Amino acid sequence: MAHKTTLRLTALVSAVLLLTACGSEGSGGSGATGGGGGGAAPALEGRGEITLATGKDTSNNMQKLAEEWNAGHPNEKVRLVELPDSADGQRQQMIQNAQVKSDAYTVLNMDVVWTAEFAANRWVVELPRDQFDLNNFLKPAVATAEYRDKLYAVPVYSDAGLLYYRKDLLEKAGVQPPKTWDELTSACQKVKALPEGANIGCYGGQFDKYEGLTVNFDEAVNSAGGSIVDESGKPTVDTPQAKAGLDKLVNGFAGGQIPQKAITFKEEDGRRAFQAGELLFMRQWPYQWALASKTDGSSQVAGKFDVAPLPGDGSGPGVSSLGGHNFAISAFAKNKATALDFIKFFTSEAAERSNLLATSQAPTRANLYDDADLNKQFPYLKTLKESILSAKPRPKAVRYGDVTSAIQEAAYAALTKTKDSGTALKELQAKLQDLLK
Amino acid sequence: MTTLARRGDAAGEAGRLAALLLSPTFVVLGLVVGYPLVAALRESLYQSGQSVDADGFVVQGDQFAGLDNYTGMFSGPAATRFWNAFGNTTFFTVTTVAAEVVIGVAMALVMHQALRWRGLVRASILVPWAIPTAVSAILWQWIFQADGVANALIGNQILWTTEGWQAKFAVMIADVWKTAPFIGLLVLAGLQVIPRDVYEAARVDGASPARQFWSITLPLVRPVLVVAVLFRVLDSLRMFDLPFVLIGNRKESVETLTMLAWDEASNLRFGPAAAYATILFVYIAVVAFVFVKLLGADVIGEVRDRGRQARERGPEPLAKPEVVPA
Repeated sequence: MAHKTTLRLTALVSAVLLLTACGSEGSGGSGATGGGGGGAAPALEGRGEITLATGKDTSNNMQKLAEEWNAGHPNEKVRLVELPDSADGQRQQMIQNAQVKSDAYTVLNMDVVWTAEFAANRWVVELPRDQFDLNNFLKPAVATAEYRDKLYAVPVYSDAGLLYYRKDLLEKAGVQPPKTWDELTSACQKVKALPEGANIGCYGGQFDKYEGLTVNFDEAVNSAGGSIVDESGKPTVDTPQAKAGLDKLVNGFAGGQIPQKAITFKEEDGRRAFQAGELLFMRQWPYQWALASKTDGSSQVAGKFDVAPLPGDGSGPGVSSLGGHNFAISAFAKNKATALDFIKFFTSEAAERSNLLATSQAPTRANLYDDADLNKQFPYLKTLKESILSAKPRPKAVRYGDVTSAIQEAAYAALTKTKDSGTALKELQAKLQDLLK
Repeated sequence: MTTLARRGDAAGEAGRLAALLLSPTFVVLGLVVGYPLVAALRESLYQSGQSVDADGFVVQGDQFAGLDNYTGMFSGPAATRFWNAFGNTTFFTVTTVAAEVVIGVAMALVMHQALRWRGLVRASILVPWAIPTAVSAILWQWIFQADGVANALIGNQILWTTEGWQAKFAVMIADVWKTAPFIGLLVLAGLQVIPRDVYEAARVDGASPARQFWSITLPLVRPVLVVAVLFRVLDSLRMFDLPFVLIGNRKESVETLTMLAWDEASNLRFGPAAAYATILFVYIAVVAFVFVKLLGADVIGEVRDRGRQARERGPEPLAKPEVVPA
């Protein structure tokens, strides 16, 4: 008898323990609605130690800047929290952190396409616009930090696509760097007529089924005069312009200008192919410059390439998709006032210059692009600034994950010929209408 | 009278002590096994806010959705994707485990015969199994990339990581490479307990090697083999990192149920994600049950044996403590 009672007691104790565990989890997971912001930008309060949640700090420059900040603010030290390598992994961690309302992360280093999702879910707080000199920043970069006309982040790094081309081969064939897609194809034919260019592939980009495909698809559509969404955020992909843009890539694959294997390219695969001298033109981010310029034997094309803006469709240049990172403040963090000051410090001109020098990541302050010293070291800055200023952001969507999946689905089906481009775009339009309403 | 009462007390005390000693185990089991299961089941009945209010903020809180997440999976707009993932999961499990059994048994037979370098052969055959799946997936990604070793060997450019049958094959090859050694080692352990004289008797009777294999080796390693296969089947049904890293996320040809659940969860649809996970759990449980019933996989055989022995011998000594005179 007593034996049974004890067992029952044990069970009861276990159950109570379980329930309390459930209880605390439950109230943490779904209870509060207050979160960070009510109506107007809330005051950011609290001073003390903070953290910066970011992807891997490969150049160690973030650490260096953090130490600089710590030296000046002994009572408000910042600590770097390194998240997984991939953007998906970082987003996952930040979302998990927000789901349990943890104060482990103060400042979030977010990809530009996450702003809408994080702001709409009240995971990040609205920032006081008047405390930043945003007029000195690149406008398209600032736009990525806004959601419904409110500022939720401050742009730290920017990024845009460039057309890398083989200067040596174009010179030999006697052609200028192309401004349009037609010029690009005819330049390629001329180079292919040369003995050195007989086996070269014309054009490469990022066409595997992942975020890079969304970027490349958006660029193709925007460069052809189309758009993904209109001013009011309604999808506009079922148009002749959008079809022309997508067909440019579809026909490129069909006609062999884009090598078949480019359908498996992510950034690094394409970079390796360009560096091995297999490609005449390559759509790539600025980061390729430093690696393709290496003279340690890893690059066959060091000193033989240059960059131009992406090719357009009509007479003008093309339109890049905008990349980059913004800093935001977690709604669940303590010491938000310190975080605000830290963001100001990290986006100061001095910090952005040191970042550019150490990491070659594109700064977000406009005047750095016109700096003579920096231009000497990074000859592509002028072209990059042009590219960023004319760049378009990817659609701002609270459910961006679903939006980009839908785009990838449609573009990949068209490129691999499982659907014709018209059908793919019609289906995409329907899906986006559902997702963006 | 007094002895009886004392005996009762003592038994009670021992029981109390046993319960007390075991209670941490129960609590831990409840926390790490019971709670997540119950939480997932509960979660699968809810849908979290996917709608946005006038100010652009996501409507907070979970709404009870009943079985909507389940019905949507089987017949709703998401059904095609679910059935595709279900088909892929089953296909991978059947094909890879079948291949692994054949190759694994062959490996075991070779290892069993090898007299020299036996230790080295065994250690090296275990290497693929020791490599973390995600790492081996990256290795295979290099092999299967457009300019990779695989294409160099066959002298043809197959784009393995694009949609299609070639992607399925790539996953199967990588999975079999990694896990056939596991079956091989378990079967080897089984082979080593078969007495040599059984074979000698067979030889004397003039049985051919093939006959020896089918009539002696296979029946005698069967208990071990069945357990190994069961483990592999359960593992395969949960396949995630290999296709995810090797081929990529949201690729129809290789999307498995776990990848589907992951994708839904990473798009903040925790309800449907939990529903997928629950269905997978049920699927695995059913497969395991059928397996144990049909093939008699004796997974917890030792425990059952001990239990039977205990019943035959009567109560354990601990439950019948010596009577202590007053």
